[in-house]
Amino acid sequence: MDRCFGARANPLRHLGALAYLMFWLITASGVYLFAFFETSVSGAHASVQAMSGRGLGGIARSLHRYASDALVLLVALHVLREFALRRDFGFRWFTWVSGVPLLWLMLFAGIGGFWLVWDDVALFSLGATLEWFDALGLFGEPLARNVLAPEYLDDRLFSLLVFLHVGVPLALLLGMYIHIQRVSRPDTRPAQALTLGTLGVLLALSLVQPVISAAPAEVARVAAALALDWFYLAPHALMYQWSPAALWALMLGATLLLAALPLLPHPGRMPAAQVDARHCNGCRRCVDDCPYAAITMAAHPDPRRGMEVAVVDAALCAACGICAGACPSSTPFRKAARLDTGIDLPLLTMDTLRVRVDAALTALRGDTRVLVFGCDAGADVHALQSGDTATLSLVCAGQLPPGFVEYALRHGAHGVLVAACAEDGCQFRLGARWSAERLQGRRAPHLRPHVPAHAWRLVHAARHDLRGLQAGLGALREALHAHAAMLPEHAHA
Amino acid sequence: MPDAFSLTGQALLYAAFAACIGWFSSHPVYHPLEADEALVKLSFSHAAQRKAPCRERSAEELQKLAPNMRAPLDCPRERWPVTVELTLDGKLLTRAVVNPGGVARDGPATLYARYRVPAGAHRIGVRMNDDGNVEGFTHQREETLQLAPQRVLVVDFNPGKGGILLQ
Repeated sequence: MDRCFGARANPLRHLGALAYLMFWLITASGVYLFAFFETSVSGAHASVQAMSGRGLGGIARSLHRYASDALVLLVALHVLREFALRRDFGFRWFTWVSGVPLLWLMLFAGIGGFWLVWDDVALFSLGATLEWFDALGLFGEPLARNVLAPEYLDDRLFSLLVFLHVGVPLALLLGMYIHIQRVSRPDTRPAQALTLGTLGVLLALSLVQPVISAAPAEVARVAAALALDWFYLAPHALMYQWSPAALWALMLGATLLLAALPLLPHPGRMPAAQVDARHCNGCRRCVDDCPYAAITMAAHPDPRRGMEVAVVDAALCAACGICAGACPSSTPFRKAARLDTGIDLPLLTMDTLRVRVDAALTALRGDTRVLVFGCDAGADVHALQSGDTATLSLVCAGQLPPGFVEYALRHGAHGVLVAACAEDGCQFRLGARWSAERLQGRRAPHLRPHVPAHAWRLVHAARHDLRGLQAGLGALREALHAHAAMLPEHAHA
Repeated sequence: MPDAFSLTGQALLYAAFAACIGWFSSHPVYHPLEADEALVKLSFSHAAQRKAPCRERSAEELQKLAPNMRAPLDCPRERWPVTVELTLDGKLLTRAVVNPGGVARDGPATLYARYRVPAGAHRIGVRMNDDGNVEGFTHQREETLQLAPQRVLVVDFNPGKGGILLQ
C-alpha cells in the first residue's frame, strides 16, 4: 500500500481519519436531503423518490448511502487493524473501550436512515428491529404492533424516526470526540490526495449506480425480494435465520468481548518516563511532543527556581521516549560523567544511549564509518551491522535527540543514518514525524545547522522494509563518497 | 510524481473499494419468504376480565378507611390471563396463555408472533378466553381465507370492532 499511495496517503494508516471524513460527508449530504424530506407516512417515499437518479438530489442521496456503507467498511478495518497491532490494552485501553459503543451508535444511526425511505426495505428493517427489541421483554406492549396494520402507522411515528436519525448521529459525534481525547494531535483529516481519491470514487459510484428505492411500504404484504444493504441490515437476516435471542447473544457477546479485551492478560507494561526535576527547566517541549497527552506541567518542587516541572501520568505513558528526545537536557555534549536529563526512559536512558554510542564508534572500522540509529518498531537496523556500519536501536526514532547525530559525527562516524518508521506509520504515532522535523530544523530541539547535510540521512522504513533501509544506507554512503571525492585530500583517510 | 505502478495500484484499490460498496449495498438479494409462502401475524393487546367483581363496601368498612380513601366500591385489580389458540386447517398452530402486564397483573395481556404458512386457501380458526370464570372460549372466529403468496394476515383483537379481527 505504501508503494501505491505513498506512506502519507496510505489508507490503511488513516482508517480512522477516513471514517471521520465519511461522517462529515454523511452529515453534509444528510442536511441537504433533510431539506427536501417529507416527514409523513404518505409523503416520505415520494419525497425520497424525487431525490433519486443522477440529479443533484440523487447524487446527494447516493453519496449519503455509499458514504454510510464506506463508514462501516472503514471502521471494521480500523478495529481489525488496531487489534492486529495490539492496540487494545495498556495505555490505549481508554481509546479502545470508548470505541466500542461507537459501533452500536454507527449501526443504529445507519439503520434508522433506511426507515425514512419508507419502502419495502424500510418496513422490513423497522419491523425486524422492533421485533428484536421486543425479544427483550422490556416493553409493556410489543413495539412491533406499531407496524402491524395501516391504522397503527401515523406521522408521529415518522417524527420519532427522524428524531432518532438526527439524534443518534449526534450521540455518535460526541462519542467520536471522546474517543480521541487521550491522543494529542489526533489524525482526523486524511491526506488531501486520499481525501480527493475517496470522494471521487464515491461520486463516481453515485453516478454509475445511483441509489434507488424499493416499492412503497405496504404492511399487508412482504416483498418477495429485498435488495438489502448488507453493511447495515445483515443482522435482520441473521435474526430470522436464527432467533432474536440468538442475535442478542451474538451482539452483546461480541460487545462484551471487545470491551473486555484490555482486561485479558497482556505483556507487562514498560516503565513510564521519569522526570528529574533537577534537570527539567519547564520548557514544555515534552508536553508538546507526547503523542498520548501523558505529560502535564506543575509547579516546580524547588520554589526558588520559579519554574514549572513536567509530570508524567504513568497510566497514559507509552514509554516511547519521544519526550526524552525532545528534552533540551538530553544533549550528549554535556560534560558530566553521567548524562542525566530532565525526562528520561528507564528502559533506555540517555546516559546508556551515550555509552552505547561511544562503544559503537570505538568498534567501527573502515574508510566510511556509519552509525545507524533505528527504532524497535521499524525496520531491523541490526541487519545492516558490519565492520564499517554500527547499529543502535531505540524504542522509537523520536527518542533520539538530534544532538546525538552531531555527537556521533564528531566522535568518529563519517555518516549517520536515522531510520524511523514509515511516514504516518509510527508505532507511537508521532515519533517518525518529530524525528524528521527535528533533524530538518523545523522543530526543537534542532539538529544544528553547521552539521554537514551530506553526513546524515533520514530514512522511513516500515518493519519489513529492509530494502528501503538498505537503499537509505546506500544513498548515504554515495553522498559521503561524492563529498570525499570533491575534497583535495581523501577526507576519510 | 507517481509512477505507473503506483497509479495502477491506486486505480485497482479504489476500484475494489467501490466494487465492494456498490455490490454489498444491494446484493445479494434477500427473500424474507419463500415464493409460495404467506405470513400470519398473531398479535393483540387486550385487558382481560378482572378475576373478582367489584363489591360494595359496608358502612363499617368505609368507616375504617381514611376519609379520602372511602370509595364505595372495592374492585380487585388483578385480571385473568388470556388464552388464545390459532388453528390452520384444523391443526393447532399455536396455543398461548398470556399473563396480564403490570406488577399488580392489572394491565393488558399482549402478544406478537409470526408464522410462515404455505400460500393458498386455508381454514383459519382463532379462539380466545379472557375470563377464567367461563369454561371454553369467550371469543372465537373461523374463516376460510385465500392467502396469496407474500400476503400478511393479521390476527388481532379489538372488542370495539367486534372482537377477533382477521385483516
